[in-house]
Amino acid sequence: MFWRMITKTLIRQKGKMLMIAFTVVLGVSLSTAMMNVMLGVGDKVNRELKVYGANITVRHKDAALMSDLYGQGVSDKFLHEDDVLKLKSIFWGFNILDFAPMLEGHAELAGAGDVSLLGTWPEKHAVLPTGEDLHTGLKSLRTWWEIDGEWLNEDENNSVMMGHLLASRNNIHVGDNITLAGKSFHVKAIFNDGGNSDEKILMTLPALQEIMNLPGKVSTIEVSALTTPDNDLARKAAQDPRSLSPEEYETWYCTAYVSAICHQIQEVIRDGVAKPVRQVAESEGTILNKTTLLMILITILSSIGSALAISNLITASVIERSQELGLLKALGAYNWHIALLVLVEVMLTGLAGGVVGYFLGIGFAQIIGQTVFGSYIEIARMVILIVAVILFFVTLFGSIPAIRYLMALKPTEVLHGK
Amino acid sequence: MPKKILELQNVSKIYGELRALSDINLTVNAGDWLSIMGPSGSGKTTMINIIGCMDTPSVGKVILDGVDISRENAASLTRIRRDKIGLIFQQFHLISYLTAVENVMVAQYYHSMPDEAEALEALAKVGLAERAGHLPAQLSGGEQQRVCIARALINSPQILLGDEPTGNLDEENEGIVVDIFRRLHEEGVTIIIVTHDPEVGDVAQRKIILEHGKITGDIDQSATFGKI
Ligand SMILES: Nc1ncnc2c1ncn2[C@@H]1O[C@H](COP(=O)(O)OP(=O)(O)O)[C@@H](O)[C@H]1O
Ligand SMILES: [Mg+2]
Repeated sequence: MFWRMITKTLIRQKGKMLMIAFTVVLGVSLSTAMMNVMLGVGDKVNRELKVYGANITVRHKDAALMSDLYGQGVSDKFLHEDDVLKLKSIFWGFNILDFAPMLEGHAELAGAGDVSLLGTWPEKHAVLPTGEDLHTGLKSLRTWWEIDGEWLNEDENNSVMMGHLLASRNNIHVGDNITLAGKSFHVKAIFNDGGNSDEKILMTLPALQEIMNLPGKVSTIEVSALTTPDNDLARKAAQDPRSLSPEEYETWYCTAYVSAICHQIQEVIRDGVAKPVRQVAESEGTILNKTTLLMILITILSSIGSALAISNLITASVIERSQELGLLKALGAYNWHIALLVLVEVMLTGLAGGVVGYFLGIGFAQIIGQTVFGSYIEIARMVILIVAVILFFVTLFGSIPAIRYLMALKPTEVLHGK
Repeated sequence: MPKKILELQNVSKIYGELRALSDINLTVNAGDWLSIMGPSGSGKTTMINIIGCMDTPSVGKVILDGVDISRENAASLTRIRRDKIGLIFQQFHLISYLTAVENVMVAQYYHSMPDEAEALEALAKVGLAERAGHLPAQLSGGEQQRVCIARALINSPQILLGDEPTGNLDEENEGIVVDIFRRLHEEGVTIIIVTHDPEVGDVAQRKIILEHGKITGDIDQSATFGKI
């Protein structure tokens, strides 16, 4: 009887129920799309951030420990420059987009005192043992630098680039000559990094190795690699690769997880410890947090909107049927009978709308994925659950005014109408 | 000594300044057939609502089948109404999208369990066996009211309450409905009918006249009862 009444009211009220379903379709499709984009966007943003500098740094294992404990500092342990090109030979060498060795040092700048120096490969051309042509260097890792002048060439050992803060404080301009550690250099460019490099002088690696008397030595290597977002396996491996079973190890090693790539880097760089760069990971995190916040906000707003719309529609429908519902009370229905009747009607309608909306939302997510991120968005199953819970509460809260009206409804008020 | 099914003791219903019912005392025996008459606004509907457990008096006691219902809450009033009262109205109040038999089954559903065979039987008793599958819109006014009577009787109530049940019917259908009352009376159902229509009022055993919320007449019609 209950279901007969439900189905028949649903059919009779199809206009209103379609409106409710439509509202739900809108809300659910929006939420589904937002959440799928939100959850699927992690690796998209990750990929976008690739162009934004290095995401892995390699240090000497003792220096790494020191810098973990005391922050970045000059250490007396170094990596070997002749290992650097081996990066391209690792299993995931193809995913290594760019890299540059860095040597930190300091020297006396005539008229200014002690300054920090950075030696690197501004650009690097090489032919790998595989025959592959390599073209990399710091220039590819500092795409955001604003440069006044020109980047150093590969072996321009008598020129330097100067951070703009240091330059302006000492009134040094492009084209000037400076004396550094008693040796004259041509200032080829002034750069703006936006970070602490703005206080440093950049030169070629051989030039700094000579000043510091550290031939063939390197402090760190910056690496930009394409990585797959970490999963549980990757996190377990990051703790200790030896804890994996042989199959797991295989899977992990052959997937471009940051941890796998770091592991492989360590296999070719003597005494090296490769770590994901926290700075990038964090900025990635904040961008994600902001997107997440935005999506959550949209989801909440659309839920509230749906709840309000549903609430109006249900209340209208219940008021329209108040005679019928009052009659049911007169016939012996308790308040909860009637409330249940209305709730089930609304929930069924909501469910139908929800299913349609869900699939529509997946479609939207793909459209957003294609237009904004240029790729397919992986559908997270969890979204079904979240959307279902939201939908349940939205319809429940949306039904509250109608239910309250029903509770207060007296059969005598509607049945003796003149 | 006949059994008292209903007793109103000093019942008043007060709306602000207005006493819709004023100090009503009334006793109804089981199996009685009572009509309530009176001008519009005299309190007839108010009285039916109180007896039918859809409203409570402001003052006084209402004892229905030995239970004082004047201070019960809404839920227990619903339960008592479901078990003891059958209601019919001037407007028929059938559910428009349910068939005749389904309308009867709704009352079974909220009472206990829907039983289609029993519902069909009830429809047959009011002469609507053939119309069981029709929607209210496909039935005449008289037929609709008979569906309402079948629905009111389906759970074997002790009292059948009607608020102007023939008010919207033509003479022929009024006759059919009154005949059904007559049969129910023979079966022992207590019948209380509010009516404007003297012909319907006169067929009862007893006639109460209400005016301005007070009983101004209590006429024993047993002399003429059964002869009209
Ligand atoms: N809910 C109410 N609030 C205020 N006054 C009411 C209410 N219900 C009925 N009345 C008043 O009580 C009086 C009796 O009404 P009612 O019992 O419906 O009369 P009848 O059914 O005899 O025409 C009328 O004056 C009516 O206006
Ligand atoms: Mg009335």
